Order: sequence, then C-alpha cells, then structure tokens
Amino acid sequence: MAVQSDVMDAAGPYDRAKALSAFKLGDTTFYWVTRASAISVLLILGGIIISLIVGAWPAIREYGLSFLWTQRWAPSADPPVLGALGPIYGTLVTSFIAMLIAIPVGIGIAIFLTELCPQWARRPIGIAVELLAGIPSIIYGMWGFFVLGPFLADSFQPFMIRLFDGVPILGTIFAGPPSYLSLFNASLILAIMVLPFITAISVDVFKTVPPVLKEAAYGVGCTTWEVVRYVVIPYTRVGVIGGIMLALGRALGETMAVTFIIGNAFRITGSIFSPGTTISAAIASEFAESDGLHQSGLILLGLLLFFLTFIVLACARLMLQRLELKAGK
Amino acid sequence: MNFIKTIVAAGLVAASTSAFAADITGAGATFPFPLYSKWADAYKKETGNGLNYQSIGSGAGIKQIVAKTVTFGASDMPLKPEQLEKDGMIQWPQAMGALVPVVNLDGIKPGELVFTGELLGDIYLGKIKKWDDPAIAKLNPKLKLPGDAITVVRRSDGSGTTFIWTDFLSKTNAEWKAKAGSGTAVEWPTGVGAKGNEGVAGNVSQTKNSIGYVEYAYAKQNKLTYGALVNKAGKTVQPTIGAFQAAAANADWAGSKNYYVILTDQPGDASWPITGATFILMHKDATDKAASQEAIKFFKWAFEKGDKMAEELDYIPMPDSVVKQIEKTWSAEIKS
Repeated sequence: MAVQSDVMDAAGPYDRAKALSAFKLGDTTFYWVTRASAISVLLILGGIIISLIVGAWPAIREYGLSFLWTQRWAPSADPPVLGALGPIYGTLVTSFIAMLIAIPVGIGIAIFLTELCPQWARRPIGIAVELLAGIPSIIYGMWGFFVLGPFLADSFQPFMIRLFDGVPILGTIFAGPPSYLSLFNASLILAIMVLPFITAISVDVFKTVPPVLKEAAYGVGCTTWEVVRYVVIPYTRVGVIGGIMLALGRALGETMAVTFIIGNAFRITGSIFSPGTTISAAIASEFAESDGLHQSGLILLGLLLFFLTFIVLACARLMLQRLELKAGK
Repeated sequence: MNFIKTIVAAGLVAASTSAFAADITGAGATFPFPLYSKWADAYKKETGNGLNYQSIGSGAGIKQIVAKTVTFGASDMPLKPEQLEKDGMIQWPQAMGALVPVVNLDGIKPGELVFTGELLGDIYLGKIKKWDDPAIAKLNPKLKLPGDAITVVRRSDGSGTTFIWTDFLSKTNAEWKAKAGSGTAVEWPTGVGAKGNEGVAGNVSQTKNSIGYVEYAYAKQNKLTYGALVNKAGKTVQPTIGAFQAAAANADWAGSKNYYVILTDQPGDASWPITGATFILMHKDATDKAASQEAIKFFKWAFEKGDKMAEELDYIPMPDSVVKQIEKTWSAEIKS
C-alpha cells in the first residue's frame, strides 16, 4: 500500500497514465526478476552437469560402460583400474535397508502422533523428532562410531549371525565376523537420520485429512487400523510418498556419517555385516590426494550418483502418476 | 571441499607473495605441518620473517610447486630424479618420521608383540585371519593370543603414510608386492578404511582385536599398543627415537641422486624398519630469486636450531652429515 500511495503522490492525483505505466514497470521488473531466479536454477544445474561430464571425460573414455560393472578399484595400479560396482552396490544396499527400517517406523510415529497420541504427549514427541532432523550428520557419524558400532558388533550382530548360520541366502546376508564398521551399521544410522523427514511430512499431510471423512468411517464401525489404512493413507498418499522420496534422496547422498562408519572397503561380499563403501563416501575419502585418471574416476562416480538420484526420483514420479490414474478410475 | 581449499590456498599464497616479499610461501604434505608451523613461529620471533605453509597434501603440494605458485613444495614421497630434471627442481629431506604397527589386544603391553614385514604383509593380504595363527605364535612364543578374527585397519584416503607402509610391505613380502604394490593409495585386499592418522588411531583404540599403522606420534598420544619389528638385519627392535635415527644414519644419502632414498627396511642392527622422510621441493632457477633465498635461509636455520623442537613433536631431525651434504647441494644448485 505504501508503494502505491508513493507512486500516486509522485505522479499527482490527475496523471492517471503515468501512474499506470509506473505500475506496469513494477510488474515487468517483478516478472523478470522472478524469471531470472527460476532460470538461474536451470543454469546452475546445467553447469554442474557439464562440469561433471568434462571432469569425468578422461575416465569415461578410458573405461566406458565397463566402469559400471567392474568391481576392482585399484588407483595405484599401472594403468589404474577403476570400477564403480562396489560403491554403487554399497549406495543401493545401505539406502534400501535404511528405507526398509525408516518407512514403517517413520509412518508409525506419524500415525501415533496424529491419531492415537494423548494431547499432552504430542508436543514432546513431535519436538524430539524435529530435533533429530537438526543434528548435524557428523554427530551421527561419531555416535555411530563410538556407541552404536561397538554395541551392534558385540550384541546384535553375533546374535543374527548365530541365528541364520547355515540357512541358505540369509546365512550369506548375515555372515560374520561381526564388525564395528559395516554396511548394516551405516544403514541403521541412515535410517535414524532420514526418519524425521518421513515423520514430519507424514504428520503434516495426515493433519489435512478432513475430520468428517474419519468420523464417517468410525461411524460405520471402522477400527482405527481400518481408518488409517483405508481413509488416511489413501487420502495422503502423494504427500507421504513425497516425504519418502526426500528421505531416500538424503540417504543416497549422505556422506560424512557414512564415511565414518561404513569401513570404506571396495569389496562386495554379500554380507551386510562386512565393511563396504558408498559413492559419496568413496569421493569424500579419496578426492584430496587423487590426481589424473583417479580424480576423473571419482568425478565420474559423482556423475553416477547424480544420475542414480535422478532415476530414483523419476521412478517415484512415475509411480505416483500411475497410482493417481488408478485412484481416478 | 578440497577444490575450495586448494583454490583458497592458491589465492592466499598469491596474495601474500605480492604483498610481503619477505614472507616465505610453501604448500604440501600434512604430516610435517605441525613441525613447520612450530619452526615458523620461532623463526618469526627471531628474524621477523614469516612462513606461510599450506598443508594441502603431498600431491597438491607437488602441483603447486611445479606451477610455481609457491616458493617451496613439500611431499612425503620423493620425486624420481627424471621428474625433478624435467621441471628443473631439487629436493632434499627436511625431517623424518616413523610408522609403528598398533594393535588392540587384551593383556598385551606396548612393544611385546613382535612382527616381521612378511607377517604384516600376510595379515594385510588377509591370508592370516586369526590372532592365534601359527605364524604369529612362532614369533611370539611367550604371549597368549586370542583365537579371534583380526580386524585390519588401514587408510581410506591417499597418504604419504600409506606410501611408506606399503613400500615396507612390498620390500618384505613378495606376494604383497605382486598383489597390492606400494603407493599413496593401493588396492587393499582386506580391512576397513579410516580417514587420516587420527582415524586409524581412533579405529584401533575402538575395535578389539584390530591392527593398524600410524605415525609414531599418534601411537604415543593415543596410548596405543605398538608392536616391535624384526629389521633387515634380523634383529628385533623397539620404536625409539634412537632406532629411527639409526635407520636414517644407515641410509645411503651420498650414493643416491637427488636424495631419492626411501627409508624403509634400511640395513643396520639398530634400525627401525618403517621410517620415512618428508621432502622439500624447490626450483633451481626460481622466478622470484629473493624469495627462494629467504626460504633457504629458513631451512638452514631449521637444520641448525630446530632439532629440539622436532624431537618435542616426535619428529626425527636429519643427522648432521646429511645436513652438510644438503647445504652443499643448495650452494651448488640454487641460483641466486
């Protein structure tokens, strides 16, 4: 309002055309400023992709597509042999296990908070979950290293190893020896780290369900489980999946905490209790002293993570669209 | 992150060269950084001239000195004579350090457990998997070792420390040489990777039944259980300053061009077998000759008055005979 009256004063009460053109100028400027902001995102994204491709080019030329399925990582060999299978495997496995744990727990917390929790407990639990999101990742790494790792290696891992010893497939997945630094430990830390994303977004979207829908469902005799399963979740599906995708994106790219506790080994053993590495952990630990083809290989790993995240997000979008189509019928 | 660090370092270095002609600029290895900054502090108090050393890693340090953005570079791995020739540079060892194998085993005291290079190689190859393996028991008949699996800890980042360690393993274990070789980052057959000396020290002190390798200073500071080693002469030695100096004294500096000596597995009854030097790189015909001379003055001063400071920080000063030889090289090679 202040702006408007300023313009009016400056133009005088009778100079209508001048005042209007001043408004127009303001609008045009606003349009271009916002447009430039939007375009700058595209430019930055494009610039990152181009510089990654340029940096990765020597490695692409040297290894081609075989980079994707070579397990050997030997930057000191002459010539260096670099393969991304170990880090790709580690990234996918840790993210998968993390989501396996975080999705049910995260949504569980959200349902409890919105549907079942007594009023007085809502705030403390809600704030605790939000605080979890505010902890810097290095703290999670240190906690995982000093507290969680030894605990898992001394108690949980030996138990699982004994439980599944000799069972086909599961015996391999839970094979020993127990390790302070392992894919599983990293997955668990990731699960704790992404939990708040899933919970916070789920709580927000669960609150948007119109009470009348839930009341109607309770009115025809639905149990709480049935209300959640057939009313709340279907109504908020898009939002919940959005939260899960955000969490998955964080899990795929998380660097510091994972580097601390995953063990940074490029081998694939099949056991989730053995040390491994992820794409971002490999880059974080090796970039500083790398040069030549080795550095280019690490940049190529970065490019792969970029594409991996992109593919995961694209799949999520596609899935969402199909769900919506099905719901529309 | 490191990109940014390098750029910032380069920027600072560039800015400082133009602003203060008297300030000496250098960049490179992280391992001698505490020593160089301690020396620089004392030197500044004495002469008023400052030293600006950026610890950005050996590899980055070599890049900077080749590009002439700094007056000197520092590297834990000596450059080959051909490469020095090509870039018109000289190198010399400025100080030495030693690595020790460290373990986390209940009931074992520092210096009790004895290793050979061959045995360490087999452990790091993953061939020896348990602490009660006959090969370990043979060297340590009096110790009671558990039947638990060995957790091998090694560096995950490229490093001069790893170069010295893997060079020692390559010299003493033929299979290690064939399978992994030596370098600042190698293809580790087994084990978990930790970042930096402090990372390895932390992992070993945290993990029961583990083994790792760190600079001596880190083992001392973290009160880790270090092991004794059998040296080239077949004698069992404890990691002491005396044993480190013996290794350095036995090294044939005179007979090797450009001081290209890697100090691992040196002859001599008292020599500690995993010792390494940290090197300084400079251009023979530098663009800024005044700065070059200032840097030489600093290193000369450090050789003369810096020994005690080095020992306080657990580095090993260069023996006097080697220092004399280095000073001759300076006057012969560096153009003023």
